[in-house]
Amino acid sequence: MKIRMKALVAKVAAAAFVLFARAITAVRAIWPEEGLPAKPCVYFANHSSHGDFVLIWAVLPPRLRHRTRPVAGAEYWLKSHTNAFIGRDVFNAVLIEREREKRTQDPIALMVSAIDAGSSLILFPEGTRNQTEERLLPFKSGIFHLVDQRPEVDLVPVWINNLNRVMPKGEIVPIPLICTVTFGSALRVAPGEDKEAFLERMRAALLALAPKPAGSGE
Amino acid sequence: MTAASSDLVTLVLGIFGVLIVASVVGYILERRLTTNGPNAAVENLNARIRAWWAMVILIGLAFIAGRVGVLVLFAFCSFAALREFITLIYTRRADHWALASAFFLVLPIQYYLLWAEEYGIFSIFIPVYAFLLMPIISVLRGDTERFLLRVAEVQWALMICVFCVSHVPALLTLDIPGYEGRNVLLIAFLVIVVQLSDVLQYVWGKLFGRTRIAPKLSPSKTVEGFVGGVASATLIGAALWWITPFTPLQAGLMSFIITLMGFLGGLVMSAIKRDRGVKDWGQLIEGHGGLIDRLDSVVFSAPIFFHIVRYWWSLS
Repeated sequence: MKIRMKALVAKVAAAAFVLFARAITAVRAIWPEEGLPAKPCVYFANHSSHGDFVLIWAVLPPRLRHRTRPVAGAEYWLKSHTNAFIGRDVFNAVLIEREREKRTQDPIALMVSAIDAGSSLILFPEGTRNQTEERLLPFKSGIFHLVDQRPEVDLVPVWINNLNRVMPKGEIVPIPLICTVTFGSALRVAPGEDKEAFLERMRAALLALAPKPAGSGE
Repeated sequence: MTAASSDLVTLVLGIFGVLIVASVVGYILERRLTTNGPNAAVENLNARIRAWWAMVILIGLAFIAGRVGVLVLFAFCSFAALREFITLIYTRRADHWALASAFFLVLPIQYYLLWAEEYGIFSIFIPVYAFLLMPIISVLRGDTERFLLRVAEVQWALMICVFCVSHVPALLTLDIPGYEGRNVLLIAFLVIVVQLSDVLQYVWGKLFGRTRIAPKLSPSKTVEGFVGGVASATLIGAALWWITPFTPLQAGLMSFIITLMGFLGGLVMSAIKRDRGVKDWGQLIEGHGGLIDRLDSVVFSAPIFFHIVRYWWSLS
């Protein structure tokens, strides 16, 4: 009974997050012509706000949303009961330990098993929220190790635009601004492609989706 | 049924009639012109007609809900318009609290003042108090990078999206002898005439448009569309005199003024879009673009219309 109650609250909370995100950002998705892959895939996106995966989640069609899990840092999402409830129960995140010394489980193995179980993943290959003036930080190598083990998985670049202006780091009140989430065509690792070339190719594919900065005044 | 509500019913039935005709024309065009694949112009036309149905029904519901319904509808319009505007302007981290206050303080206060019918403070709250308050909030963070540009843009956004838009529901506060309880029809008059002028300019332009009137600002606006649209909307406005406190001649003159302001407002808002390098303000209304794309002409005509009626017809 208690577990059912918790699941119900989680469901309501998820709907509330999506509704709130939509009310503030009027978020609009831009899809590739061929649509999204039907099979489990990895959405990889730029990362500038805690709200990033909520926005991707909000625009995904419900049938895909239910089996899509964000990959997130365990140290943040297990920090408190509320965080843990949101991370684990509401968004069903795959929680990984970012610091090597604290690891009890291999992050790549966790992601692989989630994909094998039929889930899609939301991954932020920059590894941390981008607080710099750079549009996109260099990618960490996790995504490469993932496709090294599952080369047949589709990789979908996703550019989230404007959310960093809605809620910059350290602010508590969001500014209502229109956000877009642009999905690119699915990519795969090429046979024999080395790590650097692969990461650079993925990063370029993601940057190619970024629109000219709105309101930059340039 | 009171005179006001029976006039409103007649008006709504008339608008539905126009929309039904438009939908039938759209359907026939789609059958005729899309035999060799989809036609973008017809698709856009039909999307626009569908959006018009939704907008008319929404405004109709707000009218039925009365004063509070109208206030809530236009407060929402201000919110969505402000969001579109601020999305396109240059802001910095230091503006965060100024922007938050624009949305969550200035906007609700402006509509509260309207609800409380505090006309004095309503008419100067944004031009004076927000004007002074916003740069103060921004300057406290000490970021001087393009400071004047930033504060000017936020003030412009508030004037257009909140101050001007709020002058549409402000028509409800006017006290016009012999017109008691019918003020909602003034809103209907303003919105119908200005929007019809936009539509008719589009139709005249599509049918007879040859000479572009402002090629640098708006490639689709033509002299023929402008003259035909303003003239026909003015005539329709004169024919709608029975829902207003005006005589037919006055109604025609009013219509001429607001359609002219609407047209010029459209040009100003186009110039801002060109400056920002966008085609539309947003994607809120299918076929039309953003809310500001639909509202720009009303924004520029509402305060003028309000002031003329207030000065010559209203007691308050």
